[in-house]
Amino acid sequence: MHGESDAPATRLRGKDLLGIAELSREEILLILDTAVAMKEVGTRPIKKVPALRGKTVINLFFEPSTRTRTSFEIAEKRLSADSLNIAATTSSVVKGETLADTAMNLEAMAPDLLVMRHSSSGSCHFLSRICRAGIINAGDGMHEHPTQALLDAFTIREHKGRIEGLKIAILGDLLHSRVLRSNVLLLAKLGAEVWICGPPTLIPIGFERLGAHVTSSIARALDGADAIMMLRIQLERMQGGFFPSLREYFTVFGMTPERVRLARPDVIIMHPGPMNRGVEIASEVADAPNSVILDQVANGVAVRMAVLYLLAGGAEHDAIA
Amino acid sequence: MPLVIDADHMSRALTRMAHEIVERNHGTEQLALVGIRTRGVPLARRLAKLLADITGDEVPTGALDITLYRDDLMRHTVGPQPVVRSTDIGFSIDDRRILLVDDVLFTGRTIRAALDALVDFGRPKAIQLAVMVDRGHRELPIKADFVGKNLPTSLAESVAVRLAEIDGRDEVVIEKEA
Repeated sequence: MHGESDAPATRLRGKDLLGIAELSREEILLILDTAVAMKEVGTRPIKKVPALRGKTVINLFFEPSTRTRTSFEIAEKRLSADSLNIAATTSSVVKGETLADTAMNLEAMAPDLLVMRHSSSGSCHFLSRICRAGIINAGDGMHEHPTQALLDAFTIREHKGRIEGLKIAILGDLLHSRVLRSNVLLLAKLGAEVWICGPPTLIPIGFERLGAHVTSSIARALDGADAIMMLRIQLERMQGGFFPSLREYFTVFGMTPERVRLARPDVIIMHPGPMNRGVEIASEVADAPNSVILDQVANGVAVRMAVLYLLAGGAEHDAIA
Repeated sequence: MPLVIDADHMSRALTRMAHEIVERNHGTEQLALVGIRTRGVPLARRLAKLLADITGDEVPTGALDITLYRDDLMRHTVGPQPVVRSTDIGFSIDDRRILLVDDVLFTGRTIRAALDALVDFGRPKAIQLAVMVDRGHRELPIKADFVGKNLPTSLAESVAVRLAEIDGRDEVVIEKEA
């Protein structure tokens, strides 16, 4: 599991986790290695350690989320942090308060970390400039979702023992996906060969520059793939007529057992959730023995514990003896 | 950089400790070893092998990382976090006699953290402590049951236990702190 580290990092440089773009390869490996230890905590009779005692973490969710918010909350509780949740629908946002004002008011109550999901790309970067607290990006618009990419990498490493040299195929709604950007950035930093595939109308420009191979041919994307990562067709963002119908999409691009056979025999199937069964992925594939979709959810807690732990000490300063 | 324990000395000390452990516990039934990371882990494995040589029975052995239980973890307002390593205790500690193993006993704070960590895994019948070096300067009411060598030191010195598994050779040296 540790074969990729050469000069291992022992800390994160910043106070925030804004995106994979800001992380070095060594920092990514530090988070993944720390998550191995955190995963063990979840197997104990008492699934709680005192590491973040006295730290306050606010989960600020401006977009609906079950998995990510629950995962962060469990991670915070397992580390003994005091955590609280603010959902946009029950906050002063509905009364017209700006994001900056909301953040400054929360900041006045001296939290140590703010976990935020927001529909605007770049909102976490904005917050990081005006807040002293560390900011963890739990998904900002169509930009990044770093903890998702980290838990995906953790899951791949757990099953394949490495990431370097693997072929990873990512299919689905590429255009609207913050998970895609974070994953392409991360997998490229760790030396994987990334293929992204979807209908031409859903392929964002510029991903070749991030190191991905782009294709609309499923056969090319899946040939020899070690992992298939499906992305949700984001029905709520599909007003543009990107493809004729959901049924048509499934017929041409849906992941079926026949298509899975184009990949390596030991391929693993991944999906960040929530799944649209019968749209991007067939139920037989989602529930197959080589599906690691629920492992991803379980690993999400460990990876978020690692991020919370590593950021709770604050930014780079004098070392502790 | 005076050498205080060489490889032969360390090997004899471990053999003596193994015999003391068997004597104190009337055998090794119900006994399990837990090494504290980093250097307590290979020491625990060596003791387990010596115990098996004496009694003919295997003794379960695990590894404990105490980082998440350190009492100085969130004391410093800013600073990098200590690196967390995996804990691996592949057996139930309930109703067993647990022998904690570490390289150096100093302030006692690591052992305090280890005791807190262990009780999160269950309720052992008893917990004992074995260390290669006891260098004094305790800050907590903690005492070792089995000691390789008592080594009076000054606070200006540091004690380094080196083990073949990690450092390539077995020795204990006293170093002046820079």
